[in-house]
Amino acid sequence: MRPNKTASSEQSSKRPVIDWTSIAMNVLLPVGGVVIALLIGVVMLVFLKADPVAAYAALIDGAVGSTFGLTQTLVKATPLLLVGLGICIAFRASVINIGGEGQIMAGAMMATWFPLTFHTWPGWLLIPATLVMGFLAGAAWGFIPGILKARLRVNEILSTIMMNSIAQQLMNLLLQGPLMDPAGIAAKTFLPQSAELPHQVWLPILVPTTLLHAGAILAVVLAVLVYLFLWRTTIGYRIRAVGLNPEAARYSGINVPFHQALAMTLAGGFAGLAGVVEVIGVQHRLLEGLTSGYGFTGIVAALLGGLHPLGLIPASILFGGLLVGGNTMQQAVQVPSALVGALLGLVVLFVSGSALYQRRWAAQRKTTEQREEGVKA
Amino acid sequence: MKNVFSLAVISGILTTTVSLATPYLYAAIGETFAQSSGVVNLGVDGIMLLSAYAAFYTVLITGNLWLGLLAAAVVGLLMGLLMSLISVTLKAEQGISGIGLYMFGLGLSSLLFETTIGTVKTVVGFPPVKIPLLGDIPVIGPILFRNSLPVYGAFLLVPIAWWVLERTTLGSKIKAVGQNPAAADSLGINVDRIRYFSVCLGAVLAGIAGASLSIALLNLFQDNLTAGQGFIAVALVYFGGWSPWGVLGGALLFSVVNSFQLWMQVLGVNIPSGIAIMLPYLLTIAALTITVNRVRQPAALNKPFERGES
Repeated sequence: MRPNKTASSEQSSKRPVIDWTSIAMNVLLPVGGVVIALLIGVVMLVFLKADPVAAYAALIDGAVGSTFGLTQTLVKATPLLLVGLGICIAFRASVINIGGEGQIMAGAMMATWFPLTFHTWPGWLLIPATLVMGFLAGAAWGFIPGILKARLRVNEILSTIMMNSIAQQLMNLLLQGPLMDPAGIAAKTFLPQSAELPHQVWLPILVPTTLLHAGAILAVVLAVLVYLFLWRTTIGYRIRAVGLNPEAARYSGINVPFHQALAMTLAGGFAGLAGVVEVIGVQHRLLEGLTSGYGFTGIVAALLGGLHPLGLIPASILFGGLLVGGNTMQQAVQVPSALVGALLGLVVLFVSGSALYQRRWAAQRKTTEQREEGVKA
Repeated sequence: MKNVFSLAVISGILTTTVSLATPYLYAAIGETFAQSSGVVNLGVDGIMLLSAYAAFYTVLITGNLWLGLLAAAVVGLLMGLLMSLISVTLKAEQGISGIGLYMFGLGLSSLLFETTIGTVKTVVGFPPVKIPLLGDIPVIGPILFRNSLPVYGAFLLVPIAWWVLERTTLGSKIKAVGQNPAAADSLGINVDRIRYFSVCLGAVLAGIAGASLSIALLNLFQDNLTAGQGFIAVALVYFGGWSPWGVLGGALLFSVVNSFQLWMQVLGVNIPSGIAIMLPYLLTIAALTITVNRVRQPAALNKPFERGES
């Protein structure tokens, strides 16, 4: 046992820092899942009597065919990246966070109430304060299922789903009452939306005449920070250790429930930020349907990104493009955009199904390496 | 206000409770089979949506209710096979593959609804059937014995499911596979086959749950018709401690709260509707919190089985 151990540690030190085969394996299988889903999409388009070539051409053209399309793709990718970062942290700790939708809404509600209340603050103060408050609101929404799992072993999948419904009702309640646009009440339209936020809290636009806002940069910076957090800090290491093997983590003295609750709280915080960015970057007010299913699509993006913050960047751009292109496709060939939702579901199914082959391949490589080491010894 | 707790209102609340519990019973009893074999199927809501659509569309075209029910069951079976393939054969993380199945069912059902029906229409669903003699009992009769056939079916399912799980070889095999798949495997039980069967049976029942909404209780179909009822059904399985009788208790408790809040709104009792609608979800979290340590879950729940892995 002992010589084997030293041999494998020598081996790992000899292994290149960037393991290209491993990256290729982690990329190819999920991308294969996407390709299969898109092929099934072809069948569905044929059934809908739409021309699949024209449909997918419209999809690609809408997503990347123009400056505006490209920036819209990035606009949609931003909340996906932020939600996905939280999903990465949670899933790395083996906590399944399905509560993205509710956490986004919690952040969005805070990002509406806070600037409307403190509308006299200057932008340089109001924007960071709103971001922090929205993060905290989302974190609180994640903390509840987190602490219920940690202390009382309540299944987090179910509690986060319930928290989604509660956030939805809370938002409806606020939009029909306290946060309803006074202008709408005066005009007796009673639209379920809030007043427009003060202009100093709007995130700056990066490319003139487009909607691409500074939130995109924030998301990328945070992706790098989350990577450093998970792989370069002690707490991050512990979170991953808890996810890899909770029993082993417990024996080595790591407080497993604490780190699971922490992971869920952080996940909520990042989803909350996605809500903030949607409100102060895109809509500039709170309105129904604001989350657009980002809480679920963020899970898909995180899985496709290999639960790695940096892998998540291209994955969320891909899905941002699918969402934008899906709308173009809907207009071009008269296919309901729900098709994209159905295809995303298939992507989740296939990507989660491909994990087996990833594991088998990793296990096989390990035994081959050990055998080679044995021959050398 | 003073007649809120009159006999008429109370019997109204209870009649609504029986209707509301019906889809939960089908879906949650089905999920009990899947989970007893060790597979969490989180895609119940997606199956319900797609099956509800299939049943509704079939009835809209053919006018044949039984054909609609069959269509729902077939769609449920296909979704169950898809879920089994991903979760049993390919051993996916079940929490995630279930969400994928949900997204697929939600997306496909609204896609089909928009392309084939377009606007909200209604059909003539299963009519109420009065059971002779029992239906004439005052108060209880109208509540329990003047319902449509799918409602009776849901309540009959509870003892049947209990009998299958507790008193048959098949039930023992299902539970063995859910508790200790390695031991079951060494006894010659085909773990994957039992899990396929349990997941598919659960999915067929989820399909009937969807049909009970679209062709027996509401008699319509619209986008996201179930509004997350499938997820609550999954929660009810935990709440009911993986026993059909426990599920029945949970479904009735949940439905009576929901029915109460609906009736309070109808009667104009002044509770903000948002808070009233939140009530069932808060109750579910509370119920999960209270019941979580009471019953041991199937030991191999959510764990894919691979030979040679201890």
